[in-house]
Amino acid sequence: MSDKMTGSEIVLRALVDQNVDIVFGYPGGAILPIYDTLHQQNSIRHILVRQEGGAVHAAEGYARSTGKVGVVLVTSGPGATNAVTGLTDAMMDSVPVVCLTGQVPTHLIGNDAFQEADTTGITRTCTKHNYLVKNIEDLARIVHEAFYVARSGRPGPVVIDLPKDILQAPGSYAPPSGNGHRTYKPRLKGDLGQIGKAVELMAKAERPLFYCGGGVINAGPKASQLLTELVRLSGYPCTLTLMGLGAIPASNPQFLGMVGMHGTYESNLAMYNCDVMINIGARFDDRVTGNLAGFSPDSAKIHVDIDPSSINKNVRVDIPIIGDVGHVLEDMIKVWKARQCSPDRRKLDAWWKQIDKWRQRDCLRYEASDKLIKPQYALERLRDLTKDRDDVFVTTEVGQHQMWAAQFLPFEKPNRWMTSGGLGTMGYGLPAAMGVQVAHPDALVIDVAGEASILMNIQEMSTLSQYRLPVKIFILNNEYMGMVRQWQELLHGGRYSESYMESLPDFVKLAESFNAVGLRAEKPSELDGIIEEMIAVDRPVIADILVDKTENCFPMIPSGAAHNEMLLGRNDQAANPVSEEGMILV
Amino acid sequence: MKAAPTIKRHMIAVLVDNEPGVLARVIGLFSGRGYNIESLTVSEVDADVGLSRINLVTIGTPMVIEQIKNQLDRLVPVHTVHDLTEEGPHVEAELVLVKVVGVGDKRVEALRIADIFGAKVDDTTLESFIFRLDGQTEKIDRFIELMRPLGLVEVARTGGVAISRGSEGIKPLASTWSVSE
Ligand SMILES: Cc1cc2nc3c(=O)[nH]c(=O)nc-3n(C[C@H](O)[C@H](O)[C@H](O)COP(=O)(O)OP(=O)(O)OC[C@H]3O[C@@H](n4cnc5c(N)ncnc54)[C@H](O)[C@@H]3O)c2cc1C
Ligand SMILES: Cc1ncc(C[n+]2csc(CCOP(=O)(O)OP(=O)(O)O)c2C)c(N)n1
Ligand SMILES: [Mg+2]
Repeated sequence: MSDKMTGSEIVLRALVDQNVDIVFGYPGGAILPIYDTLHQQNSIRHILVRQEGGAVHAAEGYARSTGKVGVVLVTSGPGATNAVTGLTDAMMDSVPVVCLTGQVPTHLIGNDAFQEADTTGITRTCTKHNYLVKNIEDLARIVHEAFYVARSGRPGPVVIDLPKDILQAPGSYAPPSGNGHRTYKPRLKGDLGQIGKAVELMAKAERPLFYCGGGVINAGPKASQLLTELVRLSGYPCTLTLMGLGAIPASNPQFLGMVGMHGTYESNLAMYNCDVMINIGARFDDRVTGNLAGFSPDSAKIHVDIDPSSINKNVRVDIPIIGDVGHVLEDMIKVWKARQCSPDRRKLDAWWKQIDKWRQRDCLRYEASDKLIKPQYALERLRDLTKDRDDVFVTTEVGQHQMWAAQFLPFEKPNRWMTSGGLGTMGYGLPAAMGVQVAHPDALVIDVAGEASILMNIQEMSTLSQYRLPVKIFILNNEYMGMVRQWQELLHGGRYSESYMESLPDFVKLAESFNAVGLRAEKPSELDGIIEEMIAVDRPVIADILVDKTENCFPMIPSGAAHNEMLLGRNDQAANPVSEEGMILV
Repeated sequence: MKAAPTIKRHMIAVLVDNEPGVLARVIGLFSGRGYNIESLTVSEVDADVGLSRINLVTIGTPMVIEQIKNQLDRLVPVHTVHDLTEEGPHVEAELVLVKVVGVGDKRVEALRIADIFGAKVDDTTLESFIFRLDGQTEKIDRFIELMRPLGLVEVARTGGVAISRGSEGIKPLASTWSVSE
């Protein structure tokens, strides 16, 4: 048996053995022993955030851009409760995060001790799993298990609650056993019989569509290559969810753009009209399906997902395949090739002709202006001025700017696009960008932001400045909670209740006060210069882009509507009032 | 419009690691996702490996029941989920303690009915009985109904437990039990 170590030493040793190089955190009484141990070692770098919520989003950005587990270190009570939004975000978007929380000493648990919170109770539903360590001899195993659980199967956040006495107690360390977990062993290989049936159905399709999502990203870059290969082999069109962008290259001619509420006309109509839908790692989210009664009424559906609870949850499917996207795609390709599948070219051509007609609607078109900066135009310029670089990572906040970023910025690779999809957490983008930049110090990391969202975690400017993280914050400043305003126009008679952003700060001065660079563009003619300067500067930048305050985001499938009831612009909006059932949906 | 899917009662057995919070996790799942729990019992069944069995009765459409099982199955400490109702014939039982207070004819009638049902008398005073009865849920429901006019004052039920018929047992992933294969 090796020498006894303290609980804190065991934790850090376990992190090192789990290949952790970065933790995002914030100290406090209950977690001080770990901070003391951190101070005496060099293997793990700690990034001091300015609010624990920022630490979790930073860990998410780190995880999503690297495929590794993000690690968070916070104290008990308020430290843990501040982490809850980030944990919920990671849960909804299947992001692997391990969050270590301090806790009051074991003998005080339950006594309403200073800074006590029932952290495992509070985080039970917003974590994939959580632990309260009560015995020092369980500590090393629990830390290893937590990493295994966070990254295996459908990834997610795991909390380890660490009472202070445990952190100081002597115990022995055990390295990872390699067994993962006694019972939690997600299935990776898909059933070959089901895969065979799926390929048969695919090969016979006349109007096929690949509908792929975040599961492809979760399965690692190889899965994206395999998907691209299968899409090429078959010649079928492919659409992606918000979480799946980058799973096949945006420049691929078979890519139809994003699907769903703010997806493209061609994607949504292909969804509605297809006869075989091949869902790979997407979860039939309500932002994608719209009204379930009118969802892709004539298609037979194949669904590949590692989490059985994603299958038949919202939409009944014909061929479910439980397994990891990477493994299943590999088998699908093998079977496709072995059977020399050759779809009916004539039917497929007709389908592509139809799709091309939909494409000609040019659904992302907007009215250009030489006086006002259109938000779409700002993103087009950002796109064009970064198109020769291979090192661009984009995060977003939540709102119209997020949707425009999804529509207008092309992602050629997975792990380049970090956004809060399931929870839709304003304030995600800046700390997430911080995490991305820490993982990719030389990359160009841009947070496409709204002026309202950015204020939700603006304190992290201070972290950017401390660690010289040259994140570029590109604010599409419309002086409104634009997405809220858009819904108020659509659903509430244009009564803009509390959606105007009064008393905004001067973002240029704000940047300067954090020792960052502040830039502003007010006219289209200034835009290119500002973007170029933003990219060139080797410091954090806030670029305040004053955009048209009235622009809305289209296409839009209003709540309660089906894919063939898309609104393409303001005129449609007036002509198609939202149904009563739609009014109660979010 | 398609016909409304039928709602059915399902008896589900869940083998779990006997670790802190596991029951809260299961109950939280039901409340958080708006599923029904008709009854739920839990007890350790294999102390050597720390294995507990949760027996729960729930109602729902086939799609909801499938979700419930999948959601249970994805909880990390859950070993296996068995839908005994789907899997075929099974023996189901529940235990109830019933306190009945009364004198004279009512008291005599309560005792007579208890006898017919095969209930045991676990406690008696000059004006009360505590009956203990086990059996299927419907039988227990009927017994309680009959006791109501006879002075029923308190009922404690365990909720149903069940086990499938035949020689096959539910095999936990980690267990010290012998498995006949
Ligand atoms: C303002 C706003 C507007 C939005 N509008 C849209 C929109 O127009 N279109 C849109 O698409 N989304 C939109 N979203 C996002 C939406 O809410 C969902 O987050 C998103 O649609 C879910 O993406 P997904 O289906 O790819 O699933 P994810 O949430 O990424 O889930 C991944 C799925 O893959 C599975 N999986 C994970 N790992 C693996 C693996 N290794 N192998 C196999 N399966 C795996 C998981 O079990 C899960 O079922 C919007 C969000 C916001 C905030
Ligand atoms: C934490 C949080 N609170 C509230 C909301 C609801 N919400 C969604 S979008 C939005 C407005 C966002 O405004 P802004 O950041 O300026 O983006 P814009 O839509 O104007 O581009 C709000 C309030 C949310 N998503 N997250
Ligand atoms: Mg705004």
